[in-house]
Amino acid sequence: MSRVDQSDTAAPTTAAPAAAAPLLRVTDLRVSTGAADLVRGVSFEVGRRGSLGIVGESGSGKSLTCRSILGILPPGLTVANGEINFDGVNLTDLSYNEWLPLRGNRVAAVFQDPSSYLNPSISVGKQLVEVLRVKSGLGRRAAFTRAIELFDSMGLRNPEVVFWQYPFELSGGMLQRVLIAIALSGDPDLLIADEATTALDVTVQAEVLDVLSDLKTSRDLALILVSHDLAVVAQVCDTVIVMKDGEIVEAGPTAQVLRDPHHPYTRLLVENHAKYGIEKYLDPIDIPTTAPGFPATLPAIDSRLEVLADA
Amino acid sequence: MPESLLTVTDLRVSLGSGRKRTPVLHGVGARVDAGEIVGLIGETGSGKTTLARSILGLNRFDTGSVRLGSTDVGSLGSRALRSFRRTGELQYVFQDPLQSLDPDLTVFASVAEGLSVRDDAGSTSREALRDRVHTALALVGLPSTFADSLPGTLSGGQRQRVAIARAMVLEPRLLICDEPVSALDATNRIATLELLASLRETRPGIGLLFISHDLGSVAGITDRILVLYRGVVVEEGTTSQILRSPQHPYTQLLVGSAPTLARGEADGERRQELRRLLDASG
Repeated sequence: MSRVDQSDTAAPTTAAPAAAAPLLRVTDLRVSTGAADLVRGVSFEVGRRGSLGIVGESGSGKSLTCRSILGILPPGLTVANGEINFDGVNLTDLSYNEWLPLRGNRVAAVFQDPSSYLNPSISVGKQLVEVLRVKSGLGRRAAFTRAIELFDSMGLRNPEVVFWQYPFELSGGMLQRVLIAIALSGDPDLLIADEATTALDVTVQAEVLDVLSDLKTSRDLALILVSHDLAVVAQVCDTVIVMKDGEIVEAGPTAQVLRDPHHPYTRLLVENHAKYGIEKYLDPIDIPTTAPGFPATLPAIDSRLEVLADA
Repeated sequence: MPESLLTVTDLRVSLGSGRKRTPVLHGVGARVDAGEIVGLIGETGSGKTTLARSILGLNRFDTGSVRLGSTDVGSLGSRALRSFRRTGELQYVFQDPLQSLDPDLTVFASVAEGLSVRDDAGSTSREALRDRVHTALALVGLPSTFADSLPGTLSGGQRQRVAIARAMVLEPRLLICDEPVSALDATNRIATLELLASLRETRPGIGLLFISHDLGSVAGITDRILVLYRGVVVEEGTTSQILRSPQHPYTQLLVGSAPTLARGEADGERRQELRRLLDASG
């Protein structure tokens, strides 16, 4: 498969997909058990270096959507309809062997509960080295050097020490950084983070979100961030889709969705923060809970709107 | 001055035994007044659950005291403690409603259990018991048709309501909620927070202690917040004070880390700075 030259696709956000073919285009995706459809009519795009947030509660189909993109649907579930076009390749009908050069190398993922994705009896560095040697074909020494570099770039202090530590010796935030390092070891074009910060403490969650934010700018990386929390997505993503009961109920640039939520469920999510979050104390004006929209004076949103308007 | 419901004074608690004995709380003071909702915020390992367990009398203290009204919880022997617990003055709602309800007991049996082990249980007639259970279910917004359901047939939000009903049926003076909404979806989260906030109106004088690692999830309903960090209350104030002008670096980091809909990207550097500061002091 051919990698499209990335130099001519300098669109800063996913808001301008018309300029170039998007990295990922999901069209009318339907995931089915055979008897029932769990995901219906889901379509979205993620541009190169774009970032998309998927918000929804448990059972809304957001994880199944991601798993379809990764080709790892649970047994019994199939993509019954639709197309997942990743850089010109339709992912829905790939064989096992056709997946090998893609998964890990071009599309990678991190999930909730990092400790359950690591072998407890092998040091975290060796687990990264294994991936580097198998997937990227590096030699022993090169793999070690690259592993240290990757750990360092994830903001893990003393990477040489971390390399030899076992999963139980690291905190949840450090483990998630290790997993992000492993996910990025193949230098993928798309990283899917499925509730990757959900099990973490708030301050640690912010650290991991900071890492993901930095990655967007420091690497040619597109990001899909899945969360049940609209605010988590708002920290990192340019565009957002809101899912409920297997369908997309709202989609658009993050700032617009936050400012003017249309679907009752999205309004509920926004209202949740307005009423019970810390916004109540941080914002100069109380956000109205019935009227759609936000006070127009929020600086962060305004600056994002300008970015989107420029794009 | 309002009536003090819970007073924790200079509480020191160590866990483990022998050489592995580790101090967890280093002289914690806390207070919940009647009719007040107080948030106890801290990260994993900060000692918030240890503090809650100490209030329940489940831990021995090294020094300090825990008083609920006129009862000195720390001075009670095991028998006195059990009969104090059975009065139901102090009730607890756990984080995970999937695990805190006995899967084999119907909703009615779960809610009624606290009443039937009370010392005055013998004098309660069957009808009175049923009325009180149904009143408690109504209080949390569950129709009495739920009484015969098993927890397995209920949603997470409904189960958390049952857990709250089970606590409220005993008419506690203090209700401790340990991460009561962390395991819930947005819809149930709002409903549960609204329910907990409404308890003040339906049961005047009840005090609530809300334990959470997430400032953002409880800020909306608390009057006052205590910030626990490494076994010490590093900051205490009204919710508005804590959120608008946090003083301690850890509180600043907490406020700066809570995801908000309007957060800009500039905060990342400030968080880095605060983390370095906290690490250096640790």
